Amino acid sequence: MEHASGFVLPNSGHNRDAEASKMGMWLFLFTELLLFGGLFIVYMVYRMINHEAFLLSSFELDVTMGTINTVVLLVSSMTIAMSITAIQKGNIKLSVNLLYATLAAAIIFMVIKYFEWSSKIHHGLFPGMDYYESLPKGEGLFFYLYFFMTGLHALHIIIGAVIIGVVIYRTKKGLVTSEKYTLTENAGLYWHLVDLIWIYLFPLFYLIH
Amino acid sequence: MATLSTELNYLQAKKGLFSWIFSVDHKRIALLYLYSLITFFLVGVTLGILMRLELLNPGKDLVEAKTYNQIFTLHGVIMIFLFIIPSIPAVFGNFFLPIMLGTDDVSFPRLNLLSWWIYIIGAIMALSTLIFGDGPADTGWTFYAPYSVKTGTNVTMSVLAAFVLGFSSILTGLNFIVTIHRLRTPGMTFLKMPLFAWALYATSWIQLLATPIIGITLMMIVAERFFGVGLFDPSIGGDPILYQHLFWIYSHPAVYIMALPAFGIISELLPTFARRTIFGYKAIAFSSLAIAFVGYFIWGHHMFTSGMSGTGRFIFSILTFLVAIPTAIKVFNWVATLYKGSIHVHTPLLYALAFIFQFMIGGFTGLLLGALATDIHLHDTYFVVGHFHYVMFGGTGFAFFGALHYWFPKIWGKMYNAKVANTAFTLLFIGFNTLYFPMLIAGLMGMPRRYYDYLPEFHLPNMISTFGSWILAVGLILMLGNLIYAYFKSKDKPGRNPWGGITLEWQTQSPPPVQNFDRMPELPKNGPYDFEHKPTIKE
Repeated sequence: MEHASGFVLPNSGHNRDAEASKMGMWLFLFTELLLFGGLFIVYMVYRMINHEAFLLSSFELDVTMGTINTVVLLVSSMTIAMSITAIQKGNIKLSVNLLYATLAAAIIFMVIKYFEWSSKIHHGLFPGMDYYESLPKGEGLFFYLYFFMTGLHALHIIIGAVIIGVVIYRTKKGLVTSEKYTLTENAGLYWHLVDLIWIYLFPLFYLIH
Repeated sequence: MATLSTELNYLQAKKGLFSWIFSVDHKRIALLYLYSLITFFLVGVTLGILMRLELLNPGKDLVEAKTYNQIFTLHGVIMIFLFIIPSIPAVFGNFFLPIMLGTDDVSFPRLNLLSWWIYIIGAIMALSTLIFGDGPADTGWTFYAPYSVKTGTNVTMSVLAAFVLGFSSILTGLNFIVTIHRLRTPGMTFLKMPLFAWALYATSWIQLLATPIIGITLMMIVAERFFGVGLFDPSIGGDPILYQHLFWIYSHPAVYIMALPAFGIISELLPTFARRTIFGYKAIAFSSLAIAFVGYFIWGHHMFTSGMSGTGRFIFSILTFLVAIPTAIKVFNWVATLYKGSIHVHTPLLYALAFIFQFMIGGFTGLLLGALATDIHLHDTYFVVGHFHYVMFGGTGFAFFGALHYWFPKIWGKMYNAKVANTAFTLLFIGFNTLYFPMLIAGLMGMPRRYYDYLPEFHLPNMISTFGSWILAVGLILMLGNLIYAYFKSKDKPGRNPWGGITLEWQTQSPPPVQNFDRMPELPKNGPYDFEHKPTIKE
């Protein structure tokens, strides 16, 4: 058997490939969209069946809080986009600070969400509570879907915050530079998705009549 | 850039358990999948044989009705989620996709390892229902609401297992898509890829775009069991039909996750053993995509009898018939490939031919179920059971075994005893058809599925069917025994290219070195099956 010693394949899966990482992230985002897509279908079906009840229940939600949270998330999407531009230009300090701003926005969002949720739970609107059980079926479904969908979204916010934390850590350690910033870009993509889903959740639950 | 060894083969490179279960080498991960898959497959087969034993005679022979329900549910969960869905992509896709593309690994090697770990965790969760909690679910693998919301058995754990396994499937699909886009060897355009890669490409898209729907649906089942809110249970305001829709939006495309990779295998086997280029390369490649695409819009045909508007049924039925077109395109092209080929009959080719025969029966019986009038009669009868076993086992299962025999010499660098392999094939073929063909007849006679008992008039087909299961079991044992014996004892070294194939995996050593190639792979001039300008392969 002859061995061409030292032969190295040019197209190795172990090479660094920023395009591949980004493509992987985009594909993963598709799956996230479909995960929520299933819930949107359920929401649509039950909204059509229980139109009145859903409308009535939606008045219970606090539009002001929801609007503030929407603004917070939109701003955070901007800061993370700016952070990517900063790292592309090699301004590591600015990039990290903008990531901190994004992280802060995530925390603000969760705090507001916490107050919103606890006021609903205080009113007995969580599935299983006495008042909830006494609600008509349609209204019960509304709050059930509200908790399910915003809960799943909140889980994504937490995951996103952890990812941003990792990016901050790695940027500070010098592992993310103006040459290789795919990590920041992918974190940004993920964060935009979390933002985008909220853009749909907000009108579905708070606004439409 | 990490330089991988070209001197040592992947089996020699490192030793010890940890070098396997934490390996990021796609070849080792493929074997991890293979060993775990076969183990679960054998558990599933055992459960299947138990069911057939119970059905040997009318009345209660062996198990209680509830136990029987649990057995067929676990049989379904294991065979679908632990065996068939991962089978060909996770084992042969993992092993051969990078080699066929002329690269040394998938795009995300660590993610690949993670998917195996997720798979194992999911598998442990699914099997844990045997031991812990209130016994395995008794709902059928479809977990139809409202029963799945109400039953006292351990549905939650089974459902969570399916959810976790879905993640594994998604990550594998994601990895393959990126690998195919990014890591093809220089000169290999999309239309010069082997058809197995095309099949995996189409499959991966389905895995990616369909699996999340089942994930979230199963989560809703779990939440409904916890909070008792009626999403799907009609007695508390839910809509069970909605569950069925959501379930089949994934689970029908999942049928193509199971079938498409098998089509890819057959498209590899036939040109190699007919020594000629595949007939209709583009037609086969694009029909995979067409099947994947149309396959999304036909889920409703599982629900013709469960409440759907006439228009809905009509549309779903037409779309179902449409899928038959790209599928038939493939079958015609395969048969045309054999025409005037120089056919070398070896064990893998036998499996491929059996695939075409059995898959055709599975496909045609599928049309009877897709037609509205006949479906009313056949729905929920043994005809359906026969139909999908012809597609899944007679199709994908046989393609899996064919692939195992085709690539065995490449994976382990050893050759099995061909005579024993052919005998085992014959037993499997006879056993399979004896087992499942009577089911089609019993179904036409009106025997319903999912019961542990039946009326005396169905005795004959059931008896024949159970005999068939014994022949099949003997065939399986002989086949696996032959391969295991070859693995340990065979002195027969097959060299690089025992079958005369020309896709890239045959240009490297058997077993392949860690880097997959010890020299630059050479592409045939006109596409992957160009036997007229085939590259000369030196040992």
